[in-house]
Amino acid sequence: MSTEFAVAFVMGVGTIGPGIGIGLLVAAGLEAIGRNPEAASKIQTNMILGIAFAEALAIYALVISLILRFVN
Amino acid sequence: MAAGLHISISAERLLTLGGLNITNSMFTSVLVSLLLISFAIITKFKLKNVSKPTVIQNFAEMIVEALHGLVHGVTGDLKRTRLFFPFISTFFLVIILNNWLGLIPGVGTIKLLVNEEAAKVEEVSQTEKASDHSNVLVDSVQASEAVATEEAITLETEEATQEETPSEHSGPVAVPIFRPGTADINTTISLALISIIVTQIFGVKYLKFGYFKKFINFSSPIMFFVGILELISEFAKIISFAFRLFGNIFAGEVLLVVMAFLFPVILPMPFYGLELFVGFIQALVFSMLTLVFFNMATISHEEH
Repeated sequence: MSTEFAVAFVMGVGTIGPGIGIGLLVAAGLEAIGRNPEAASKIQTNMILGIAFAEALAIYALVISLILRFVN
Repeated sequence: MAAGLHISISAERLLTLGGLNITNSMFTSVLVSLLLISFAIITKFKLKNVSKPTVIQNFAEMIVEALHGLVHGVTGDLKRTRLFFPFISTFFLVIILNNWLGLIPGVGTIKLLVNEEAAKVEEVSQTEKASDHSNVLVDSVQASEAVATEEAITLETEEATQEETPSEHSGPVAVPIFRPGTADINTTISLALISIIVTQIFGVKYLKFGYFKKFINFSSPIMFFVGILELISEFAKIISFAFRLFGNIFAGEVLLVVMAFLFPVILPMPFYGLELFVGFIQALVFSMLTLVFFNMATISHEEH
């Protein structure tokens, strides 16, 4: 029971930050594309790179919860 | 619920060669290396300086040009590009092929029966402890229907869910033959270590002893603490490299397994597309970050 709670808690708390971060990244990226549509491909590439970094934080939380769940 | 799924966070042993445990991810990594080496050798013999190159030469030239452009776009200096290019392209190709190999049907589902008692020299006690439960655990489904004392059922199912390791059976255990190399924490840590150590070597090569001024600096108290932070961040880089790659690829594997378990017909298809994309992005992120760290280590602070 306590392990299940910890797994759920880690995922719940750990995805807040990356969620906000990815939201900000995509908002800024779309705004930039709207202002300068010719540079869309360049902006998109860098945006996806940034998203991958923000997403990595959620993945760390996921790794921790997987370790809690599957390693005794 | 978890009893029907085969999820193992660590790579599993296939066979033992002279005391060395060969795991399924090691096997797959060697396979990927052989694939890359044979592709390189075949391409080398097919290379011709003609106006209409063959398909294989076109393909190889496309990969090399794209990677060279990527490296040159960051360094902007042909000498550095020539030095960094082999490392960056090797990282990229090895990681992307390992990631995508996990999506081929059969990887993770074709299994080999491995005799558990024969090996695990260092984990004898753990295996024994596990095999004590094993008789109960193997028959737990039938036994729980027949005998049905409520506490016994809950106790057994708890044990069954907790012990997801292959050592829960005493007899031969089915172990997947293939497991993508990057879904094993050992592979990603070694890749990260190579990346960071080579960064230090390039730093020393370009800046001589001036490179260590980044870490140990007595010019002012602030610079001293900045140096300590730089030193810590070198170790943090190893961990972040290793866990980013491992987490993404392993999470992808788990996601596909769970989706196929929930509804095996149409549902996993979009996730395969997602995993193709994630595999490419993670290979790009790893090589891009390595490239940026190489480049930062070779430029002294006075220059920029």
